[in-house]
Amino acid sequence: MKVLVTVKRVIDYNVKIRVKPDGSDVDLTNVKMAVNPFCEIAVEEAVRLKEKGIASEIVVVSVGGSEAQEQLRTALALGADRAILVESTANTESLNVAKLLAKVVEQEQPSLVIMGKQAIDSDNNQTGQMLAALCDMPQATFASEVSVADNSVTVTREIDGGLQTLSLQLPAIVTTDLRLNEPRYASLPNIMKAKCKPLATVTPDDLGVTLSAHTQLLGVNPPPQRSAGVKVKSVAELVDKLKNEAKVI
Amino acid sequence: MAILVIAEHDNQQLKPATLNTVNAASQLNQPISILVIGSDCQAVAEQASAVSGVDTVLVADNAAYQHQLAENTAKLIAELASDFDYVIAAGTTTGKNTLPRVAALLDVAQISDIVAVKSADTFVRPIYAGNALATIQSLDSKKVITVRTSAFDAAGTDGSATITPCGLVHANAQSEFVSEELAVSERPELTAASVIISGGRGMGNGENFSLLEKVADKLGAAVGASRAAVDAGFVPNDMQVGQTGKIVAPDLYIAVGISGAIQHQAGMKDSKVIVAINKDEEAPIFQIADYGLVADLFEVLPELESLL
Ligand SMILES: Cc1cc2nc3c(=O)[nH]c(=O)nc-3n(C[C@H](O)[C@H](O)[C@H](O)COP(=O)(O)OP(=O)(O)OC[C@H]3O[C@@H](n4cnc5c(N)ncnc54)[C@H](O)[C@@H]3O)c2cc1C
Repeated sequence: MKVLVTVKRVIDYNVKIRVKPDGSDVDLTNVKMAVNPFCEIAVEEAVRLKEKGIASEIVVVSVGGSEAQEQLRTALALGADRAILVESTANTESLNVAKLLAKVVEQEQPSLVIMGKQAIDSDNNQTGQMLAALCDMPQATFASEVSVADNSVTVTREIDGGLQTLSLQLPAIVTTDLRLNEPRYASLPNIMKAKCKPLATVTPDDLGVTLSAHTQLLGVNPPPQRSAGVKVKSVAELVDKLKNEAKVI
Repeated sequence: MAILVIAEHDNQQLKPATLNTVNAASQLNQPISILVIGSDCQAVAEQASAVSGVDTVLVADNAAYQHQLAENTAKLIAELASDFDYVIAAGTTTGKNTLPRVAALLDVAQISDIVAVKSADTFVRPIYAGNALATIQSLDSKKVITVRTSAFDAAGTDGSATITPCGLVHANAQSEFVSEELAVSERPELTAASVIISGGRGMGNGENFSLLEKVADKLGAAVGASRAAVDAGFVPNDMQVGQTGKIVAPDLYIAVGISGAIQHQAGMKDSKVIVAINKDEEAPIFQIADYGLVADLFEVLPELESLL
């Protein structure tokens, strides 16, 4: 069975972002970039399916600028077999990314698509669900457990009230939550090997997709800043402040 | 111009998140309808009809909608959307699961997790774990939106909307509900609580969370957790507060044994009053806490319980 995973190049999760002084966007100059953590979990899950003999081939796809090759190489080093970069930097909002991915899915015909539930830059949590709609595939978002058997996948999902388990017929789309697995680190030999694995680049034109803008970013502002308050010396002082100063208890 | 708000419910009760969502929708000054999709959900429809500012409640009551599978509900919502300019839902796991699917079926963008309405087509939403606020204009004729419920007050419940049944049924053979394991608790829900006490890795293990629960019971508080506490198996996933868990903004948030990583702060920094209890005085949580207590939580929690 072929598994398709997607990765997004995003700011490293340890970096605290700054807004540009002109308020036009966030400042990404010289910021450390990485594979979106949820996409890393997606790659890991695909690799585990391959190690179990369930997946036969893992294709990793990214939509982004040519720099995203770096993140595709990381995915290859983690165990993906080949990579596709859909080179596009304009109009990369979720719906458009989903449209490009839908074309790749049409060409590759994977049995299972595994994606991150959200990217930690835009925090949208949309692309997987949109791709599922465009491909008319069933979806299981926020997965904490995935098991594939015969022609179906059983997925346990993290929902607000607890856990929900669904069974989907393949082909299907799964998006990952934090508890699905703990991604491995790429070993040095695997990083070397990844350099020779195939990485194809296509454009939206090649895929026959014309993208139009559905939203416009008017500006970006820093959020209201909280400042540190006071340190209290004892539990009694804390209770007193909460009762008489903050009046919240 | 009209607004369709998707009700958040469990076939028995309308969830408070719907009230915050209706309040966000009301800022657009357009007639509001609520859509209840479920099975045996008439009680929910009645509760929805009492939400202030709502004209009509549409009820799609069918066995196919019992578990609100996105494959079915998205098709229904997309079909009904022809009569509306806005489709709005709470940014809960149900809303997040369903609405992007609706947006793609309608060939429009979805605007996630709005915290403010600027105008009929312009909204503010947090990005980068809430470290920036983006102002976004929708260029689509139909707008599909999820609402960060903690950013809006709840609408009132003195309305009397008409209830209209909707007979459209969308079923599918590709996805099937298997089972559910829902947390049962006497305490308030995290996203609706006015006081929350959360524990982190510093709690050491799951049993120690009983120390927090005792304090929570005195305060009528909900109990939350950091990702580290959930990952370590101390407590279940539905208790995670943060960028990728629940977003809360109670009157009082007490963080116990939590360092205050950006991802945790993203879920709680809009709380009115923040208290941090941590033995490391350098912990980043103190930078946003109104009241900080540098101490061992195992000494603090029993004392706090006895003083309340
Ligand atoms: C993609 C991604 C998403 C994430 N999403 C979330 C999220 O939604 N929510 C979230 O919380 N995190 C999230 N994280 C994780 C986040 O980065 C931190 O790792 C996590 O919040 C740390 O949890 P913690 O503060 O409990 O643990 P730690 O950082 O280990 O802190 C434990 C604290 O307990 C204190 N302590 C220990 N013992 C005691 C004692 N006896 N008395 C008093 N204090 C004590 C220590 O001083 C320390 O400050 C995410 C990370 C990633 C990469």
